[in-house]
Amino acid sequence: MTVHEPPPAAATIALALIVNGEPRSVQAGPFETLADVLRDRLGLTGTKIGCNAGDCGACTVLVDGAQVCACLVAAAQAHGADVHTVEGPGPDGITERLRRAFLVHGAAQCGICTPGMLMAATDLLARDMAPTRAAIEDALGGVLCRCTGYVKIVEAVMSVSPLPDVRGAGGEGARSPQKAPRSRPAPAGTGVPSPLPLSHPGEGSVGARLPRLDGWAKVAGTDKFGADEAPADSLWLRVVRSPHARAAFVLGDLEAFRASWPGLEAIVTAADVPGENSFGIFPNTKDQPVFALVEVRFRGEAVLGLVGTREAIERIEEADVPITWTPLRPLAGIEAALADRALAIHAGRPDNVLTRGQLRCGDNPAKAPAQAAATVEGQFRTRFVEHAYIEPEAGYAVPIDDDRIEVFACTQAPYMDRDDTARVLGISPGKVRIRPSACGGGFGGKLDLSVQPLLAVAAWKAKRPVRMVYSRIESMASSTKRHPAQIRARASADAKGRLLAFESAADFNTGAYASWGPTVANRVPVHASGPYRVPNVENRTRAIYTNDTPAGAFRGFGVPQAAIAHECLMDDLAEKLGIDRWAIRRLNALGKGDRTPSGQLLAASAGLPDCLDALKADWDAALARVAAHNAAAPRRRRGVGIACMWYGCGNTALPNPSAMRMALSRDGTLTFFNGAVDIGQGSTTVLTQIAADALGVPPDAFRLVIGDTALTEDAGKTSASRQTFVSGKAAMLAGRDLRRKILALGNVGESATIILDGAVLVIREGEVRRRIELASLATDADGLVLEGQGAYDPPTTALDADGQGVPYATYGFAAQMAEVEVDTVLGTTKVMRIVAAHDVGRAINPTLVEGQIHGGIAQGLGLALMEEFVPGRTENLHDYLIPTVGDMPEVAVKLIEDPEPEGPFGAKGVGEPALIATAPAILSAIRHATGVTMREVPVLPHRLWEALRAREGSR
Amino acid sequence: MTAYFRPTSLDEALAIRAGREVEIIAGGTDVYPNKATRAGWGRMAHKDVLDITAIPGLDRIEEADARWRIGCLVTWTKLIRSSLPALFDGLKAAGREIGGQQIQNRATLVGNLCTASPAGDGIPNLIALDAEVEIASLRGTRVEPVEAFLDGYRHTSCAADEIVTGLCIPKREAEARGAFLKLGARRYLVISIVMVAGVVEIDSAEAIAHARVAAGACSPVAMRLRALEARLMGAPLGAVPALIRPEDFAELSPLDDVRASAAYRLAAAEALMRDLLAGFADWRERRAA
Repeated sequence: MTVHEPPPAAATIALALIVNGEPRSVQAGPFETLADVLRDRLGLTGTKIGCNAGDCGACTVLVDGAQVCACLVAAAQAHGADVHTVEGPGPDGITERLRRAFLVHGAAQCGICTPGMLMAATDLLARDMAPTRAAIEDALGGVLCRCTGYVKIVEAVMSVSPLPDVRGAGGEGARSPQKAPRSRPAPAGTGVPSPLPLSHPGEGSVGARLPRLDGWAKVAGTDKFGADEAPADSLWLRVVRSPHARAAFVLGDLEAFRASWPGLEAIVTAADVPGENSFGIFPNTKDQPVFALVEVRFRGEAVLGLVGTREAIERIEEADVPITWTPLRPLAGIEAALADRALAIHAGRPDNVLTRGQLRCGDNPAKAPAQAAATVEGQFRTRFVEHAYIEPEAGYAVPIDDDRIEVFACTQAPYMDRDDTARVLGISPGKVRIRPSACGGGFGGKLDLSVQPLLAVAAWKAKRPVRMVYSRIESMASSTKRHPAQIRARASADAKGRLLAFESAADFNTGAYASWGPTVANRVPVHASGPYRVPNVENRTRAIYTNDTPAGAFRGFGVPQAAIAHECLMDDLAEKLGIDRWAIRRLNALGKGDRTPSGQLLAASAGLPDCLDALKADWDAALARVAAHNAAAPRRRRGVGIACMWYGCGNTALPNPSAMRMALSRDGTLTFFNGAVDIGQGSTTVLTQIAADALGVPPDAFRLVIGDTALTEDAGKTSASRQTFVSGKAAMLAGRDLRRKILALGNVGESATIILDGAVLVIREGEVRRRIELASLATDADGLVLEGQGAYDPPTTALDADGQGVPYATYGFAAQMAEVEVDTVLGTTKVMRIVAAHDVGRAINPTLVEGQIHGGIAQGLGLALMEEFVPGRTENLHDYLIPTVGDMPEVAVKLIEDPEPEGPFGAKGVGEPALIATAPAILSAIRHATGVTMREVPVLPHRLWEALRAREGSR
Repeated sequence: MTAYFRPTSLDEALAIRAGREVEIIAGGTDVYPNKATRAGWGRMAHKDVLDITAIPGLDRIEEADARWRIGCLVTWTKLIRSSLPALFDGLKAAGREIGGQQIQNRATLVGNLCTASPAGDGIPNLIALDAEVEIASLRGTRVEPVEAFLDGYRHTSCAADEIVTGLCIPKREAEARGAFLKLGARRYLVISIVMVAGVVEIDSAEAIAHARVAAGACSPVAMRLRALEARLMGAPLGAVPALIRPEDFAELSPLDDVRASAAYRLAAAEALMRDLLAGFADWRERRAA
């Protein structure tokens, strides 16, 4: 037996460098990266690692005054260097100034790219305090952001430099200008004091542009993401994954292999899973193994885990691990999986159909109504889309007392993680504690388990804390994607353009495991005919198993794919009937008093007509502008397009509860226990604003305890645009509950004001003024004297066999228009301007709402023009392209506030609505510019060029 | 365990290079991404590393009588910010489109050349500039034209004991300008679908006295378009876009891949070349105005 030599002790060198002005000395391997030296050896975890390949810029620091990717600098090369990181004030305090600007402008959402952005902007401003927008884009072009659409980042940098923002991007629909700052410390629960105002005395906080309450840690680089902390005695886990899309395998003598590698403490496989070796979203679809047993179903599936010291596990060549593979022919794509005699990927699904969904109303639309003046149809195709959150999955697990476990990891769904981790370990959910790390982007991709069960099984076996950090490639190869869709759809309308019928059949490639496939299959039939009044509808869906990467939840659950189809058909009808594209949408737009195809009456908050009206002036102006530009028949033709969307907030026809709690202790501490995970969208801030107004205190009166399964109630998952609406309502009810109890104590009426003055409650109503010493009240075991609780489950019904019922309590609506310029020779498309009108019910925090819309537009632009995940081929951020700062158009946001009576203070969700209309609006604009209808995304230059050429050929 | 050498003289570096198999690192912008790609699927071992960044004198841009010399540690940022004449405008334009500024601040021109990627943005420019490669070893120093140095797909003539120490670019007698156009699917941080580069020298009659044009990402090694060059000679600048013929691109052999189809690449190369040549005429008009 070979025993591999441990690395020689002299493998490190003494490095001396200046970090943020302080001389530092450290031992490090010369070939280690500066990023690792900063994070692991100097504890400066503000520098983030998103790809280790120079593709994302998250690790940007200044070395000798110039921005560099710290993941590409050898430790040896940093010897003697002057290094600035996000933790420091920057040269001449520039980083510090930018930090504040980022916070005020809402330029940090999840915060994972923020350190890189801050340092790239520091590099620019240190050279040029008055940069042009082009110079800002050049300087930030190397840092990818997936949340913000870069709009508020550029605004923040502009605000530090003295030049005015000449392009004028920003929120036209802003409810209120930035209010005067008032310096207050941040709530105790957020850790670091914020120098910025957190509340506005004398006014309610709902509707105010509060800086995010968790924002200071993000701009200071102190927020703890999944890879940023772990117990010092942690072992590391490295997972060996299948390089084959479908294969059988046999494991060899693992114990002999383990013994041959000093520092390799354990190897974990399916045999080490103490409970059920499977996980999944629904009780009947837990079909994905933690570790594959004898067969793998996609490239990237976990086979075994190497547990040991970091040095040991990083030295092991995968080819040396005793696994014998027998590759099998994979079923790639929907056609292969549905082909006659295709092998079943899962026993029990002989036809590879995971699930079917349908909705039917009115007459059979296939019998085109006699009064139809136009019937149009099309086939549409979308590809896998990667979430491309900049934070790869990471975390650690700690076993406690032989029968419990704690997991710290990035997630969108701590309670679902808890229950499935317990199931995998064969223990009760109460023995699992999930502590969500800061989440560096999710977008649906962190709703599924990733590191959690792997870490749990490894820590259980090793009886020690175990940590792991996915590589970018591992993250992209193994995590879920947006479902590729193949959609056939047909619509008909009368001579005036009124929709008469719509039918569609959509197949979604759900990949090797079920994940959220059933959700997509059930949500799409409700939405597939678009936000329009249609009397006769038949929508059918299937989710198909294949040997591709699993597809799961991604911002919109299939609705963005369906919107591409229904919006193209609306343009087809407009063209055929000679009706303006805006007008046909306005004519058919669902509004108050209408019934949806599922038979649901929209009694309130159906603001699509208002959204369209808000676009009308822009629409007319853009049409005229584009016509003038194209009059000379230029090579670069412009076009303007429009699209509408709707989206039901919350689960589809399923219970969707959330519970919130707040408590006052005898010492006057007011704590908000909020189990909603903030993945950057801002629920920590929004829910606190709601809770504050419900209780009648300023938002900085609260200490915040966020998303910890041991401390907070179950707020459900951060998905389906439900946290503001569902958990926000629970927060409002909790605030009102506590308020009612306080007012009862004071024996005063509803109009009384509450002031928390240390350990004294001061209650005023007119002339009445009461002081209540909290210490005089009965105290429970936790030192609490008063508690407010709120729980909310939106009123929905199950759907019948025809998809009829009330699947959602409320819907978000939007209309977006896009202006593009197409180079008709090269087939390239530049999006110049997007105007987005969104009915959000009530904007609890307009800055955060705009941020959601900006980010959704960026992702919609990516979906339309560049994003295509090809399993085994685009598993990195240089082959898989997401928009950079230079790809973003000018964006104008118009917020429509048609209050939702069910929602907290009238609010509903915006997270997913932000994205859905963008791609179809861009496709509509490309068609307007060129006359070519693209029914397949992404519209890569060669695809548009081929379509342009085909049209030339057919003339 | 990967050994790491960081010598402080070229002789020392050449001795290391002669004595063992090492991978050379300068800016690290290819070494580390390649390492991450291999590690992503479990290939963890790495060759020993020779870091040449502590060797003094290799980071200079120097002017001699008949040529410019660019040392092997000159970064794209250093080039972009230099006061080199319009002959280098294409090379500088390529530099501005390589990665983000983080990459431009570290990556070297010579590294871009030695990686020899078909999509290396510097390469068609170096071909158009008639650049020569200066290669050192303990056996001595040799100089080779870029086109010969790039002897295959991702392959160069640099032997295991050699180090590329710099590039030499001949001066032009008359007024000369370089240009570069890149096509990618997004604005920054993008691997080229196609790119074209060219250098033209203008005589006193506003006609082309010298032309070098090349296309990248359309063949295993970026290629000069010799037939087109020949036709451009002596042509009045304003007439050159019309001189392009489809057969000028016949030797290109682009691939179908995730970024684009082969047919598209060919058509785009032709369109970009037409734009590039039109740009030269615009430049003269602007100069005259």
